[in-house]
Amino acid sequence: MLQTNFKEKMITVLFWLSALVIVGILIAVIGYIFVKGLAHVNLDFILQAPKRAGKEGGISTTIIGTLYLTAVSLLIAVPLGVATAIYLEEYDRQKSRFAFIVNLTAETLAGIPSIIYGLFGFVFFVIFMNMGWSIISGGLTLAIMILPTITRTAQEAFLSVPGEYRENSLALGASKWQTISRIILPAAVPGILTGVILSIGRAIGETAAIILTAGSSLGMPLSLADPARTMSVHLYILAMEGLSMERAFATAVLIVVLVIIINYLANLSLRRLGVTRGR
Amino acid sequence: MIDNYLEGSRMKSKTYKRIDSSKGRKKLKLSGEYMIEKLLMICAGISILAIVLIALFILVRGLPLISKIGLHDFLFNLKWDPTRGSFGIGTMFIGSLAVTLASMLWSVPLGLLTAVFMAEIAPAPVGNLMARMVELLAGIPSVVYGFFGLVVIVPLIRQYLGGNGMSVLAGAIILGIMILPTLINISRDAIIAVPREYKEGSLALGATHYQTIRRVIVPAARSGIITAIVLGMGRAIGETMAVVMVTGNSTIIPDGPLSAVRTMTSNIVLEMGYAAGDHQAALFATGTVLFVFIVALNLIVNISAKAGSQNVAN
Repeated sequence: MLQTNFKEKMITVLFWLSALVIVGILIAVIGYIFVKGLAHVNLDFILQAPKRAGKEGGISTTIIGTLYLTAVSLLIAVPLGVATAIYLEEYDRQKSRFAFIVNLTAETLAGIPSIIYGLFGFVFFVIFMNMGWSIISGGLTLAIMILPTITRTAQEAFLSVPGEYRENSLALGASKWQTISRIILPAAVPGILTGVILSIGRAIGETAAIILTAGSSLGMPLSLADPARTMSVHLYILAMEGLSMERAFATAVLIVVLVIIINYLANLSLRRLGVTRGR
Repeated sequence: MIDNYLEGSRMKSKTYKRIDSSKGRKKLKLSGEYMIEKLLMICAGISILAIVLIALFILVRGLPLISKIGLHDFLFNLKWDPTRGSFGIGTMFIGSLAVTLASMLWSVPLGLLTAVFMAEIAPAPVGNLMARMVELLAGIPSVVYGFFGLVVIVPLIRQYLGGNGMSVLAGAIILGIMILPTLINISRDAIIAVPREYKEGSLALGATHYQTIRRVIVPAARSGIITAIVLGMGRAIGETMAVVMVTGNSTIIPDGPLSAVRTMTSNIVLEMGYAAGDHQAALFATGTVLFVFIVALNLIVNISAKAGSQNVAN
């Protein structure tokens, strides 16, 4: 009996230890980058354009590039994803074969690695559609990548709208589309917002697909046809080509800060919804 | 009316048409509703179109080269010398497998222990805190992990284990960290989904909490845990930026954990910038192998999961 007790205690310790290792890894990664990089982050670094291929100056153009690409991809993916979710949850409740395939496609799209999206974006948007390395090529590629996240969170949001909302609206004589656009969609906005926030996180961190579709030009992207470099691509090039470790650390700090903010916002909007996030 | 709504709108719109056919204005509105439904359906179809296009454009660019030199030769020929017309990805095929398996060797046990901890052992506040931490771990982009590997893990290996540090081991450590969230989240959800009665029954029979976890809860969550491992593996094989930064990228067969290695994904991102002609086709062929493998992995998991949930529902 005593021995069993001892064994159980040891196993409990093992469980706590593995959880501690996870926490330790997180603290090590974030802590190290902050300690090494925070000293190099200042307003000039954020506001100045990079000079000499990034060896000097700041990262302003890559911040603009990141924002631009993220915005374009959201503008394309959010309407599409929400429309898909409306169709699947409000029109196709019996879960037809079509709905099954759409759901399966979304799951499969979510599992495809970013380098494959990069290859596709390169051969389809950059070459076949003749868009070149540009914001629009990168934005369209990124839009396909975040579409599954937007669709899935929007589906959950529609599912969580109580059935009475629909019944009451229909009983008052509203048409189906009136019910959806005036009652259900507004009620589902917080859930949709969660998907948008998560997608922004993915867009900011994406690197492989962006290099192959938006290029890595350090210039300020003005039009949709201009090539651009995002912060993540910039970090990769700075570190791999050994251009400036200080600036690489500082860029990493900014990316991690953005990720933490996005994570916080996503949790906030999820908690308001009262649901837990899946994988 | 509500029943109609729930039973799908095709029937409903037919009913409406019959009722409203006398009033022109209402009929117009009705066909508006019909148009909206079709428009939404087209939007839903776009993700299907996307995956068809992805498959088509990658296969069309990659398959001709594979069929020209033969799948066996492409996959297992160890000589990658694209500028002289030798396109064997054997070393990278082995490289991808080596780094992936080595990363799973430590991250699968750690991930499963943590998942059980979060679902069964941790007090609620600790479990919630852990969930937040794992989400943050999942949110950190791969290029940041790669950078961390480059400036911390690689120098540590160089200093304490020898070699130049860029190695299978460095890749396995970084990749393992990156697939932990996938492993933990999916298997934790599977463990939480095990019916309470199983646990209560086992405890009522006099089993200890640990015996219950090992003999009842984990076996009951087995399919979810396998899904977690398979999806984690898919993620590891497809990962690019983190691996390319820490594994050294030589096209050799790794002879140990400290040997440099190049994965299939790294090969694409390293050479795509300047490749042309058959060389570029060879990179698309590498992408084809990756694409087919990962889509197959995902389809198997997703279809079996859906079939499983239907069985439960029935």
